[in-house]
Amino acid sequence: MSVPLLSVRDLTVDFATRDGTVHVLDGVNFELAAGETLGIVGESGSGKSVTAFAIMGILDHAARVLSGDIRFEGRDVRAMYPRERDLWRGKEASIIFQNPRTALNPIRSVGRQIADVVSRHTPGSSSEIRESVLGAMRQVRIPDPERRMSSYPFELSGGLCQRIGIAAALACHPRLLIADEPTTGLDVTTQAVIMDMIRDIARQGNLGTVLITHDLALASEYCDRILVMHAGHVVETAPVKDLFANPRHPYTYGLLNSVPSMVDSVHDLRAIPGSLPDLRRADLPPCRFAERCPRRIPACDAPGLTLKEAGPSHAVACRNPL
Amino acid sequence: MASARMMLLRERVTVFRYVLAANGLHRLAFGLFAVLMFATVFGPFLAPHDPLATNAADALMSPSSRYWFGTDQLGRDVFSRVLIATRLDMFIAFGAVTISCVLGSLIGAVLGYFGGTMDRIASRLTDVLMAFPLFVLAMAMVAALGNTVMNVIYATAIINLPFYIRLARAEVSVRRGMGYVEAARVGGSGHLRILLVFLLPNIATPVVIQASVNLGWAILNAAGLSFLGMGVRPPTPEWGILVAEGARYIASGQWWIFLFPGLALMLAVFTFNLLGDAVRDILDPRART
Amino acid sequence: MTRITWRLLSAIPTLFGVILVTFLITRVLPGDPAVFFASNPSMSAEDVERVRVSLGLDKSLLEQFWIYLGALWQGDLGKSIATGQPVTTEMMNRLPASVELTLFAFVLAIVIAIPLGIMAALRPGSWIDQTCRIVATLGVSMPTFVTGLLLIYIFYYLLGVAPEPTGRLDPFLFKPPHVTGMIIPDALFAGDLSTVWAALRQILLPGITMALFALAPLARMTRAAMLGTLSAEFVRTARANGLSRRKIVMSYAFRNAMLPVVTTLGMTFSYMLGANVLVEKVFAWPGIGGFALDSLISLDYAPLQAFMLIMAGIFLVVNLMTDLLAGLVDPRAGLN
Repeated sequence: MSVPLLSVRDLTVDFATRDGTVHVLDGVNFELAAGETLGIVGESGSGKSVTAFAIMGILDHAARVLSGDIRFEGRDVRAMYPRERDLWRGKEASIIFQNPRTALNPIRSVGRQIADVVSRHTPGSSSEIRESVLGAMRQVRIPDPERRMSSYPFELSGGLCQRIGIAAALACHPRLLIADEPTTGLDVTTQAVIMDMIRDIARQGNLGTVLITHDLALASEYCDRILVMHAGHVVETAPVKDLFANPRHPYTYGLLNSVPSMVDSVHDLRAIPGSLPDLRRADLPPCRFAERCPRRIPACDAPGLTLKEAGPSHAVACRNPL
Repeated sequence: MASARMMLLRERVTVFRYVLAANGLHRLAFGLFAVLMFATVFGPFLAPHDPLATNAADALMSPSSRYWFGTDQLGRDVFSRVLIATRLDMFIAFGAVTISCVLGSLIGAVLGYFGGTMDRIASRLTDVLMAFPLFVLAMAMVAALGNTVMNVIYATAIINLPFYIRLARAEVSVRRGMGYVEAARVGGSGHLRILLVFLLPNIATPVVIQASVNLGWAILNAAGLSFLGMGVRPPTPEWGILVAEGARYIASGQWWIFLFPGLALMLAVFTFNLLGDAVRDILDPRART
Repeated sequence: MTRITWRLLSAIPTLFGVILVTFLITRVLPGDPAVFFASNPSMSAEDVERVRVSLGLDKSLLEQFWIYLGALWQGDLGKSIATGQPVTTEMMNRLPASVELTLFAFVLAIVIAIPLGIMAALRPGSWIDQTCRIVATLGVSMPTFVTGLLLIYIFYYLLGVAPEPTGRLDPFLFKPPHVTGMIIPDALFAGDLSTVWAALRQILLPGITMALFALAPLARMTRAAMLGTLSAEFVRTARANGLSRRKIVMSYAFRNAMLPVVTTLGMTFSYMLGANVLVEKVFAWPGIGGFALDSLISLDYAPLQAFMLIMAGIFLVVNLMTDLLAGLVDPRAGLN
């Protein structure tokens, strides 16, 4: 078996806050192959973004990574020296963020922001850097890149800002791209254009892509495989078709039935009862969904819950699956 | 309504306790403030000597067990004079800040609520007022109005007025168009009722924060004026005057006459600055860092 | 360019207001200048009246203001009663001393406060952050006149390392040839290093006194602004793209934090102008602040009026420069 592009083992992250420790991630596991697109879905607060930030090593000061083995092409990312990891970021693995406008420096021209990345990772003469910047801008299909280079983010539309963000992230041709809600805040047509573009670029360059979203419909359209997260746990992972046809975790089932485009008629829409448990609690149950779950059985309270095989490349963390 | 208010109050008290427990600097601030208030209230009863009684035999004595802070050129006890002065300096600071805070927020609220030409003219006027070096403006005002304690208070209040006007004006003009104010208007509330019941309580928090920061400035300002010989006059003990009197004896090495009132002044301003931070932390959780 | 013009024009009403307020304040000040002028027992009531007419005090307030405006237009700020000199001359002689002191203190404060604020923001809660906080709070709590006296006591009286705290230069030294009127730059021009050294020794204590006062707001604002930009999303993007820490701190966080800091710089400069009066008094510094104070005490209003006008004028100019500087830093500022 070949080494996967990215593997994450037992990733556990806490946040220290004024009101106590928040157990944000608990034992997250997954793998990603080159050329594959993995969707991570879940409600807000389920730990999707924290997972992405932990991989990239850009968590806040308040966050503590308690455990976790993160490997990029077999290399231990967390064991890298800070400078080595800086050079890895943006060169081999990149991330793009939601809110494209605030994710860019408001008082630096977009061309210089891309040039900052290029000159950091592939130093060269100023004309070489300029060519790379223009190339990166062309790759994300920015019209008239020579003129746009000297624009500031406030002069560009949200969609164009996101293209700039993507151009900067992909300027040095990384092999891993994490897209953290890349289309939130953009209008629907722009969303589709941006997503199509990300897919095309990923295919051309054989990039491994992690798409983080709360939008199941979006994930189903662009991903090969989906990882469902709930309250800092991975509850289910399966190829897209399999997951939609045959959800095994009650939470996944609930999610699918709460999305209008996934059910046959509006009358079948169901909200998931309750909300995420308070992650500051010391007595979090082994299954963090148990308190909202219609299928709870006594065995759910026993410790030692893990992802179990539930079909070909389909795994679920549930004691009483569907 | 009453129970909601009680809950809010209880929450405040909890937050207050929490912040005090968490932050040593805040505890220090409230502790020092208590000391200042104690000296303000009980100072005159605690002074070991008559702060005005001269005693030529004991002139210019360095600190000792009899005269803790030493004596001045007339043999007066520096400790007693510094202690007694607390009340006057606090009176000036609180007087000035109360006036500018009440008057400033009322003016600012009215301007922000009604807007229009009057608002534009008033904004220009505050701009003009703020273009002056404020301390010099206060100097000129005291000179124009006459050398009295009350005039020092008025002058200090006037130079601080623009800050409150701007603050209240900004807060009210933002809230004026908000849903709940519109609702009150549709519900038949008059301008006065809307201002007093719906708008002014909302500006209380930023105004109180500004006021607690301002207390320090007010004392600095008043002491600076009397240091220059304006406002309070000798032999009344006041920290600024005491420092000015002591300054003459530095060159001959009698450091205690200027240093102790100077330290008292510093301590008071330091207390109010810490207190301002603490009040901000307690009332405005968003600003916590 | 239109923006600069517009901004210049918008300062005119404020300038007019400033002139009006200065005029009115000196009119309500106690003491009839004519009586003071003629405070010679041998002068009769007619003599006083004649002085009053010669000073234009018999005319209506509006007429007096009009005359005052006309004189201002020609750069005539009136005559000082105490020295008998035109106020413009007096001010021109003293302004360089004040400017030199204020600039020296200002630069000193910036050089200390901004790095301190940045370091505090980079390690919130660390010892350097606590130091920054304590220095800032203490600095803003020290009344300038107490700081000044304390420095004099320690460095002049106790240690004897500072020169006597009177004036800008040892009276036995010659002033360098007049170029700017500021001693240190002038002596540098003349290549007279011993005078530079003497003047530096003289300006150090008053400079530190004023700088301490300005340190606090600058350090606090730098820290707060840096904390804000360091946690901004674009800094996270820069980290995610692997930029070096130096680049992130300087080109991303600091450049963006400059905006509020520049505004605070302007405000601090104006406060320092106000604090001039006290510091110049304590150190017998021959600047316009001390002169204004003496004029106020001797009821000599023309210099006082001129002082307030100059201060307000400098304030307006500083504000203008702050705005223009902010426009240079922030491309968005050109929009509004």
